[in-house]
Amino acid sequence: MDSALIPNGVRRCSLGKFLVPLAVVGAVLLWGVYAMLLCWFKGLNQTNMNDNYGFALWIWADLAVIALGGGAFFTGFLKYLIGKDELKHIINYAVLIGFICYSSALLILAIDIGQPLRGWFIFWHANVHSMLTEVAFCLSCYFMVLTIEYIPLILENRQIDKVPFFHHLSHNMHGTMAVFAATGAFLSFFHQGSLGGVAGVLFGRPFAYREGLFIWPWTFFLFTWSAAAYGPCFTLLVTRITEAVTGKKLVKDNVVELLAKISGWMMTTYIIAKIIDTLYWANVTAPSKGFNLIDFYSNNGFYGIWILVMEIILGGIVPAAILITDKGRKSPVVRTVAFVLAVIGVSVNRWVMVLQVMAVPVMPFDQWALYYPSWQEVATTILPVAYGIILIMISYRYLPIFPQEAELNPAE
Amino acid sequence: MFPFNFEWIWDMSHMVFMGGLWYALIILGIGMTYCIVKAAIDTAKGGDGHGHH
Repeated sequence: MDSALIPNGVRRCSLGKFLVPLAVVGAVLLWGVYAMLLCWFKGLNQTNMNDNYGFALWIWADLAVIALGGGAFFTGFLKYLIGKDELKHIINYAVLIGFICYSSALLILAIDIGQPLRGWFIFWHANVHSMLTEVAFCLSCYFMVLTIEYIPLILENRQIDKVPFFHHLSHNMHGTMAVFAATGAFLSFFHQGSLGGVAGVLFGRPFAYREGLFIWPWTFFLFTWSAAAYGPCFTLLVTRITEAVTGKKLVKDNVVELLAKISGWMMTTYIIAKIIDTLYWANVTAPSKGFNLIDFYSNNGFYGIWILVMEIILGGIVPAAILITDKGRKSPVVRTVAFVLAVIGVSVNRWVMVLQVMAVPVMPFDQWALYYPSWQEVATTILPVAYGIILIMISYRYLPIFPQEAELNPAE
Repeated sequence: MFPFNFEWIWDMSHMVFMGGLWYALIILGIGMTYCIVKAAIDTAKGGDGHGHH
């Protein structure tokens, strides 16, 4: 029924087979929308946030998807500015994943601010001394960049492309994409960094506080670096999942291995910097504020030293070691394990920098403050996942996302 | 926020923050305007518009 919309040279399942899973994921989406409407109409009393947790599950999800969506800006930077032309075979998917991640981040923020009708205040009545203002500016502008990068893909749909104006527009947008990609890399550097900077400047919370360079704490640079290192791993992991679901090879191994290798080396340099930062913080910064390392990981029911091991060793050193070696990178199973560990690693890092910061007692009479999200928070955090799956399904079916698909899967 | 708003102060923070925002928006605006205008001109010049990207 919709065969006229499907890209040339590729095969897709029947419309019925496509609509059934779409309806299932759509039901999850509706559950999230219901929870979102509850938060908007009844207010933030629908959440389990409290005086200890002004930032909670949503902000973790926000920081995590922004880091995972970093694959879009870094792949664009490598392709358009560094000249890694092979990455043109995966850049479309990186852009789509980035678009999903950033639109999800903005959606979560729109719920989290509690009063979305006043969302524009941050632009009009800007607090120019806040790193979060800079995050809001860069996030909004970078989402515009991702939209601009996604539009040519939509225009390349078989039917839309028949309209001469849209064909020329798509062609021109491709021609100027380097300008947009450079703007995107500039914006990403600052908002990824400022998200880390927000934690690093909390001098009243020694678990997060870091020294730094001029006005920027070390966490500023570590967040940008980690997004560039781990973001491509998420792009590659979602590509692998898409290949498994469709039962097709969609991107050639040399492209995957190139991006995995760059990501692996970025991760290696990042994790060395992260270890140095952790050692300095544990031995100099925290003791200067009256804390020992073990104070941050004991006397509570959840946060043990295991979380540090999981973030730095399992989610950092192990995937980096796999991806920088030829043998690890060339094995599809081993490199997929590395992608999974990397995604877990960066997500744990964001969890620690948002939620553990809030949990650790600061005063001698304080207790650990543990937090459990309400079902409305969980549903609204799953909502972007369902939305992302739906957008990937529709984009994969109707748009030429994978330029190598036809060559790798010749039609019978 | 613009310089003619009552909240505006001519200090470094306002100039850097708001200047950065306008800078990014102007680049995106000019870039998209160029693409749209050129597409309109290309379309007006004729042709089936099905060359290679």
